[in-house]
Amino acid sequence: MIDLNKAIRKVLHLVVLATFIAGASIATSQAADLDLSGETVEFVIPFSETGGSAKWANFYAPLLSEALPGQPTVVVKFMPGAGSTKGANWFQEQTYEDTNGTLIFGSSGSTQFPYLLGDPRVKYEYADWNVVLASGTGGVAFLPPDLAGMMNGMDASGLAGTDFIWGSQGATRLDLVPLLAWKMLGMSVEPVFGIKGRGDGRLMFERGEANIDYQTSSAYLKSVVPLVENGQAVPMMTWGALDDNGNVVRDPTFPDIPSFKEVCEATPGCETSGEAWDAWKAFFIAGFPAQKMVFLPKGATQEAIDTYTKAFDAVIARPDFPEISEARLGVYPQMTGALAAASLELGTQVDPVAKEFVINWLAEDYGVTLE
Amino acid sequence: MDIIATAFGALDEAILLVLHPQQILYLVIGVVLGLSVGVFPGLGGIAGLSLVLPFMYGMEPVSGLALMVGLIAVVPTSDTFASVLMGIPGSSASQATVLDGFPLAKKGEAARALSAAFASSLFGGLLGATVLTFFILIARPIVLAFGTPEMLMITLLGLSMVAILAGRVALKGLAAACLGLLVGTIGEAGAGGSLRMATYDIPYLTDGIKLVIVGLGIFAIPEIVSLLRQDKSISERSNLGAGWLTGVKDWWKNIWLSIRCSVIGVIVGVIPGLGGSVVDWIAYGHAVQTTKDKSKFGAGEIRGVIGPESSNNAKEGGGLVPTLIFGIPGSGSMAIFIGGLALLGFDAGPQLIQNELSLTYTIVWSLALANVFGAGLCIALSGGIAKLTTIRFALLAPFLFMMISFAAFQSRQSLGDLIALFSIGVLGIFLKRFDWSRPAFLIGFVLSSQAENYSNNAHQIASFKFRRSLEQGFEYIASPIVLVLLVITLISVIIGIRQAKEIFSEGEVSTGKKKAPMIFLLALLAYTSIALINASLIDLTSDKIFPVTIATVGVIALVLLLIKMMISPEGDTLFADSETGKEGLEAPYGLWGTLGWLGLLLLLTSLLGFILALGVFLLLFFRIRAGLNWLQVYFFTSLGLVFMCFFAYILNRDFPPGLLQEFFRLPWPLT
Repeated sequence: MIDLNKAIRKVLHLVVLATFIAGASIATSQAADLDLSGETVEFVIPFSETGGSAKWANFYAPLLSEALPGQPTVVVKFMPGAGSTKGANWFQEQTYEDTNGTLIFGSSGSTQFPYLLGDPRVKYEYADWNVVLASGTGGVAFLPPDLAGMMNGMDASGLAGTDFIWGSQGATRLDLVPLLAWKMLGMSVEPVFGIKGRGDGRLMFERGEANIDYQTSSAYLKSVVPLVENGQAVPMMTWGALDDNGNVVRDPTFPDIPSFKEVCEATPGCETSGEAWDAWKAFFIAGFPAQKMVFLPKGATQEAIDTYTKAFDAVIARPDFPEISEARLGVYPQMTGALAAASLELGTQVDPVAKEFVINWLAEDYGVTLE
Repeated sequence: MDIIATAFGALDEAILLVLHPQQILYLVIGVVLGLSVGVFPGLGGIAGLSLVLPFMYGMEPVSGLALMVGLIAVVPTSDTFASVLMGIPGSSASQATVLDGFPLAKKGEAARALSAAFASSLFGGLLGATVLTFFILIARPIVLAFGTPEMLMITLLGLSMVAILAGRVALKGLAAACLGLLVGTIGEAGAGGSLRMATYDIPYLTDGIKLVIVGLGIFAIPEIVSLLRQDKSISERSNLGAGWLTGVKDWWKNIWLSIRCSVIGVIVGVIPGLGGSVVDWIAYGHAVQTTKDKSKFGAGEIRGVIGPESSNNAKEGGGLVPTLIFGIPGSGSMAIFIGGLALLGFDAGPQLIQNELSLTYTIVWSLALANVFGAGLCIALSGGIAKLTTIRFALLAPFLFMMISFAAFQSRQSLGDLIALFSIGVLGIFLKRFDWSRPAFLIGFVLSSQAENYSNNAHQIASFKFRRSLEQGFEYIASPIVLVLLVITLISVIIGIRQAKEIFSEGEVSTGKKKAPMIFLLALLAYTSIALINASLIDLTSDKIFPVTIATVGVIALVLLLIKMMISPEGDTLFADSETGKEGLEAPYGLWGTLGWLGLLLLLTSLLGFILALGVFLLLFFRIRAGLNWLQVYFFTSLGLVFMCFFAYILNRDFPPGLLQEFFRLPWPLT
């Protein structure tokens, strides 16, 4: 039942640690090369411990630890602030020279959006960083059962007369994808800005203060599916997924839930072409299919990039990977190497027309200016 | 009945798991680690948990839990040491303990204060666990009943404690609280991201000032400086007075207060989003309100220790409810706890309670057991550790400067942390000198962002509901919970205003000439006015309304005070100035010279980096200020350096770099 040797070793380890802290002893310094044995790799996440990025990082950290040469300890370190801008700015100042492969950074769509929109707080430059993994994800919007009943199949025009209220982290973040989608469907959704994480938004929904919400896939699987099973929530639509030709299709993680594109097509007044659609699609692509990426800091050696790429490849190739990842991350592409680099391109570039449209819309509807 | 049956079924299994020798071993290790980390001011559960997190993956779940829970549970117990012995809030949960605990230590009754605090902590922790055992099964609907208006009301209840802690001149207390609230709004607004009293050119300010820094600056620096000026020991008597047994007896005499405050602690802990920083103040306010003879509060009233300490351990238990049921952490350490759970393969959330009830109980009862070990250990040590208060302070102070600088640096890992610490420290020294209520300032600061966020959100949702129908709107803002809380808040304000005059949180302060107090007042008025102008220039209403309102109230209060000062004669309580009293006139060392030592440490750090600066600072201090012989100087200096390096190494922390490090790459710990 209990691996006694292992347990005793761990106890001893901790006892030593405890005595060290309580008393005093000598400090040793360390030198590092790419064999990471005995090292601690810090996996910095620029968000708090409750969101989707935390779940994603906690999922990968132990697997990565096993796959890296020397089996270093991989610790997830949370550095929330300014909607991830703070952590990303911090990472920009780190160099490979100082960290020797013991530092990796996990960015998210909310890190990409301010970058794309030209937010003045952004001091980071994606081109300086070295991508070693890109994970896609999706998102699901959901409603209370009574409101969901007002939809006519996929036609959302029945919702037009209802006032919706929604807990949001801020219009310039990932939240602009759902806000724009709902607006295109003719729904009037009033965002309550200033919540600290999507978990708080879900709590507002559960309390009945908000009557619409969305979660990214991993958080939806974990926290909303139980609500759906209890009859407290009904999924409305997903944001969809991208196929190889760049078309928005049904999200393979949720084959039974229609995508926004289908709902839009079924709803009179909502167009899947034109300015608004192009802008929505551009930001959806930047925010979801290439949402979460792992980077080595600037100046990383090719050797380090290859080591991490190989390690992530090994994680993804684990025979049990589909099984363990489906439950916690959903069925999304996990990309390394050239594919990851291509995702980085997709996620950090957006058509100037789409950018213009979004900036104007944010200023008009929410008075948010990026200066 | 069903609930009780379910509870006991799972409880059986949980108790067997908890009492397994191996789990107890891990629990004790966690407790020892937690005590060791918690003793240092400014470092709490977050630092401690980060320490063990790397060991979590692959550990036996129950052992891992025992380790983490043991650690979390005792931090609010051991942080009392700093609060009572040094007058430094050990963590945000023991801020209120300082008010009466430290005066007791000064009177030579440190052991009594400590053991009363530990007995209360133990009791609070146990009561919390007992309540939780049943409550966790029915908590979900109750937690969901606390919407935004309810949370806003609890925040206001916390703020209402300002009334009773305002000090002799109510207007000054109000102004201090407004100032705290305003300092809390510095940086990016939570709702729209507008900047307040900050610019992008100073990135440090955009993220606001952290609680650790304000707590250390407002309480610790003024106390350290003031003690250092006297150059005596903390305890005014050389022999320690009442011992630890007296403290336990004190607690027993006030058992009902302890029960009530524990219940307050559980309730506040259960509500997600409030965190631990209000609970000790609410408990302290309650202790004051329910005591007949209030004259001793602020001067060493044991009830002022028992109240907050009962509540802050109970809060940790309560905090488990939102953490486990909703996956929403109630505090920083709970947030890391969720991370640790995930590494053990459990996801906090509704399914944890439903599917893993016995595991949930393991957590709850490990918490209780850890409280027993922790408090027992602390009580046993309190007599010995209390002797610290008899050591000559000039030998302690440099180590304290070292610890608080290191702790402050952990908040953002920027040199800005040290500058902010120093600036807030200067503000704290003046607030203390001119008898402006420091607790009122701190309460304002702590609750600032919550008050703003909840009032914004509640306003937005309420106006939305009112647009739908009047009935829905009222149903939302005037729920029974809101009404009850409103009544309690009003009562607390009324009682507070009536009784504030009897409570001297700063002790007796003499009065002096008009000039110095007036200059300080004008400086506060200048800041408040600038903040008002700055806020009114913001475009977004959501980011503007709160600072504008608070600054307006602040300006009015300060102008009224100014008028009062102009017409009052010299010697009025308005002109409180401790420099004109015993403390100022008889102190062998000046205020600025003493503060200069901390300034020196900061200056050297900005040039040489922390460790080199610390070496120079310790050498100079022990030689020049403490007048030790060279042998002793070297001994104490290397003691400090070795300890600091080791501590940082174990916690895997860095030190502040200086100018030197810009040009040369140096090996750790000199980086």
